[in-house]
Amino acid sequence: MTVFIIRRLAQSLIVLLAMSLIAFGGVYLIGNPIDILIDPNATEAERMAAEHALGLDQPLWAQYWHFLVNLLHFDLGKSFSASIPVSDLLLQRLPATIELTIVAFLVSFLGVPLGVIAGRRPDSLLGKTIMAGSILGISLPSFWIGLMSIIVFSVWLGWLPSTGRGDTITILGTQWALFTWDGIKHLILPGVTLALFNFALLIRLARAGMQEALMTDYVKFGRAKGLFERRVVWLHAFKNILIPIITVQGLELANLLTGALLTEVIFAYPGIGRLAIESIHFLDRPVIVGYMMFVVTTFVVINLLVDIVYGIVDPRVRYSGGGND
Amino acid sequence: MTAAVLNVEHLRTHYFTRAGVVKAVEDVSFEVRRGKVLGLVGESGSGKSVTGYSIMGLVDHPGRIVGGRILYNGTDLLALSEPEMRRLRGSRIAMIFQDPMMTLNPVLRIETQMVEAVLAHEPMSRQAARRRARDALGQVGIPSPDERLQAYPHQFSGGMRQRVVIAIAMLHNPDVIIADEATTALDVTIQGQILSEVQRLCQSHSTGLIWITHDLAVVAGIADEICVMYAGRVVERGTVDDVLDHPAHPYTFGLIGSVPSRNERGQPLRQIRGTTPSLANLPQGCAFRPRCFRANEICTNEPETMSISSRRETRCFHPLVAQPT
Repeated sequence: MTVFIIRRLAQSLIVLLAMSLIAFGGVYLIGNPIDILIDPNATEAERMAAEHALGLDQPLWAQYWHFLVNLLHFDLGKSFSASIPVSDLLLQRLPATIELTIVAFLVSFLGVPLGVIAGRRPDSLLGKTIMAGSILGISLPSFWIGLMSIIVFSVWLGWLPSTGRGDTITILGTQWALFTWDGIKHLILPGVTLALFNFALLIRLARAGMQEALMTDYVKFGRAKGLFERRVVWLHAFKNILIPIITVQGLELANLLTGALLTEVIFAYPGIGRLAIESIHFLDRPVIVGYMMFVVTTFVVINLLVDIVYGIVDPRVRYSGGGND
Repeated sequence: MTAAVLNVEHLRTHYFTRAGVVKAVEDVSFEVRRGKVLGLVGESGSGKSVTGYSIMGLVDHPGRIVGGRILYNGTDLLALSEPEMRRLRGSRIAMIFQDPMMTLNPVLRIETQMVEAVLAHEPMSRQAARRRARDALGQVGIPSPDERLQAYPHQFSGGMRQRVVIAIAMLHNPDVIIADEATTALDVTIQGQILSEVQRLCQSHSTGLIWITHDLAVVAGIADEICVMYAGRVVERGTVDDVLDHPAHPYTFGLIGSVPSRNERGQPLRQIRGTTPSLANLPQGCAFRPRCFRANEICTNEPETMSISSRRETRCFHPLVAQPT
């Protein structure tokens, strides 16, 4: 297991390096950030001074080298536009995204029991209704759902706020909205909008898994033992369908954590997804690259966690792992 | 002659598929006596397994029992409610499946799977249930049962797993055990061990055994009585010696002829010409007619079951043994 983790981390370093190169080169291709950052009427001398201050006068490889050296000191550089360290900027925005992720993730888990129900009786009216709902959830784009929910719940009904994060309280130096009523109200619309896709996905995964599991011999044998049907379904079959669900949910969690770009923009929600979009507008390279680094790291870490969780759910994985445990 | 514990009378189980009605079991009758072994023989798709599932009340959708009676100690199982049936399953009537690799749930410990089977029918403490499980494992010849309870199915060999399954089936000293191809997936040595193990246990507990198989050699070794099934019907029934030594139905004759024998070394095996008909589209009259060497016009009518002697029946217009006149 230890060897496995070390190998995994080494692999992820390579991914990080490649990612930073791509991000760096990509921003360079799009344009020169200095054109956006300084006043169009600035003199040539002012322009040179600004370029020098940001290090943009150096050749690209030198800038990249500089970035890598700083990265070794866990320094992602300073934002071009905000003039504060990128890591501060990310940490400032992260709690909002984490809260949104938690809400969306929890809401979407309702899809699992619904999928199980649909999988047990795929031909029943309820099963077909659930399935039809999941098709809608998967195919309707989240920006459309977001806009519609704003129109209905904020504009027409006036029940829920449509933008921002609402009141926050400070815990350990960071702002959290999940602990205020106003903050929770602000989380509902973006949270549900964001949850919808994963909710629909979970319905389909659980349904397909359940249909398959219910045909297996161990389920039949469970019934032949005289077990209650709910134990057969919710223990015997359910534990077996968790493996594909965990795989996909790991990726989905990483997806949510790295910022739901569209949803955050539509609801003007100050998470890191919106930060990424803003920094792309300003060609704020340190922020873009820093954001990318964060994304890659999150994916790597979560995938690692998923592999560890497999072992807990599936004993076959646990014991076949090279005999290290 | 011991009393019958299970009487199957004119059982009919059909599957209502989109392609049409599949008559998987059509007018099957037999009886199982305490401490005796009934061999249910036939090719794949002849309806032997579905007969087993019908007795257990575990016919999957779109299948349905459409006629007949299954009398357990005089009670018609088909008239029982699902909760009443559940109480019988695994406690009074147990079933062993073909593939021990698939029968046990891969993600649950043997202990969990045995203890739940105990507790499903007899309320007791977990410790007591665990002791019961351990003793049952010991009874089927599993060494150090205390440790083995902690293991997962994949840590057992195929033969050991089947012993676990048998131990689970025997937990409540059932009156009837249905073994569906229980040794088919095992190699010959283990097969022999398991066979004699099951035979010993059933005799000592005077459990009636239905041994479903396609292997005539196995049946010859274990069964007291034989039912030969073809295309969902019992085509011949009698004691094992009578049927194997003097087959009455041409199909049985063909089956016995196609078993490799020491005396015919070097000779091509005699085979039954043609293939098993589709159950959704059976030939008119006797289902075996197109493959039968004795068939003539009269066989386009449905043959009735007729008795040849006491305890000896066949479903053929041209039986190979003399009929009583």
